[in-house]
Amino acid sequence: MQVPILKQGPYLIATIQSALTDADIVQLRDALVEQVGRYRSRGVIIDVTALDVMDSFATGTLRDVAHMVRLRGAETVIVGIQPDVAFAMVHMGLTLEGVTTRLDLEEGLDHLNRNIKSAAYR
Amino acid sequence: MGIAELRAESKTASESTAALLRELVAHLGENRTQLREEWIRRITEGRLLTAMSKDEIFAEATSVYDSYVEALETRTLEALQAYAQNLSERIIPRGVETHEVVGIVLLLRDVLARSLFSKYHADSRLLNAVLDAYEPAANAIAITVAVGFVRERERIIRQQQEAIRELSTPVLQVRERLLILPIIGLIDPLRARQLTEQLLRGVRANRAKLVVIDITGVAAMDATVANHLVLTVEAARLLGARVIVTGLSPEIAQTLVNIGVDLGKMNTVGDLQGGIEEAERLLGYKVVPIAEPMPA
Repeated sequence: MQVPILKQGPYLIATIQSALTDADIVQLRDALVEQVGRYRSRGVIIDVTALDVMDSFATGTLRDVAHMVRLRGAETVIVGIQPDVAFAMVHMGLTLEGVTTRLDLEEGLDHLNRNIKSAAYR
Repeated sequence: MGIAELRAESKTASESTAALLRELVAHLGENRTQLREEWIRRITEGRLLTAMSKDEIFAEATSVYDSYVEALETRTLEALQAYAQNLSERIIPRGVETHEVVGIVLLLRDVLARSLFSKYHADSRLLNAVLDAYEPAANAIAITVAVGFVRERERIIRQQQEAIRELSTPVLQVRERLLILPIIGLIDPLRARQLTEQLLRGVRANRAKLVVIDITGVAAMDATVANHLVLTVEAARLLGARVIVTGLSPEIAQTLVNIGVDLGKMNTVGDLQGGIEEAERLLGYKVVPIAEPMPA
């Protein structure tokens, strides 16, 4: 299933709505990294609220997305990780190091708004 | 005794047991008052059931005696089982101990056995037959009552453990988006898991940005639990909340260093006050004293 990517002002928002195959995740990665450049986006939010499981491939790919997006000049926030999923992830050593995570979409947007505003003043 | 006679005897053994038990029940029914008195006297002598008054012992003894005889009569234990559970529910809160309950049931067994001795002592063969019928039934009753009592106790203990667990890990909101989690006492792996669960749920429910875990009340923890704490901090970060751990004792600090915690991931402050101040600073609060404090 393809993940819809919505453009919202300077941000791209990808909401994962059901369990994804590895191929779907790779496709999401490529689409996001491509579109960040095309729309000159400043931030990317990936909403994983609907996921009950995050395996090592998904986690690794999302981390890759964050790093690639950073190289293309934007920041990534992953939002909506469920409590059970979070604990299962850290148990497997999947800690999404170096990636910003927030409670939900609202918090993610709030984080990006602050960061981008402070960057504008710099 | 000839062989034919023996065969006939084993064939009718269960019938004769039933007949003997019927006779026994009739005997116990006839001598109810006297045997009950004797039993209560022995209970008092043995200083059992000291938590109960004389009248209560009398009332309880009467119903135990009757259900006992009924169990012998019907040769089923269901009614007695229900009664034993009901009895346990009533007397456990009053501090009646296991040895007392087992003691009184065994006393009743002995009192009844004595009365059988004195009734049948003239005919030792008949006495043996009566005891053969009586003993297994009496033992089954004693076991039923004792097991019922212990089971009820275990149920209460489980219930209380549950209550203690519920109480022992409160997640409190002290400011908008700031939770504190005071932990007191020993942390075993089970409690650690529960703690994590409550913390992560609390973060989600209160939309917390910061959590202060205060472990001043925890004297020591082993490497497993310390590791678990580190994982919890990581998991909270995945939910978008930062965790500040306060009040680490020297022993716990040593444990954490020994398991090689990455201190960059773990935010620690000396005491709870410092932790809350740090959290407020991170949330953008500033606490200033008002010019004229209210008189205390």
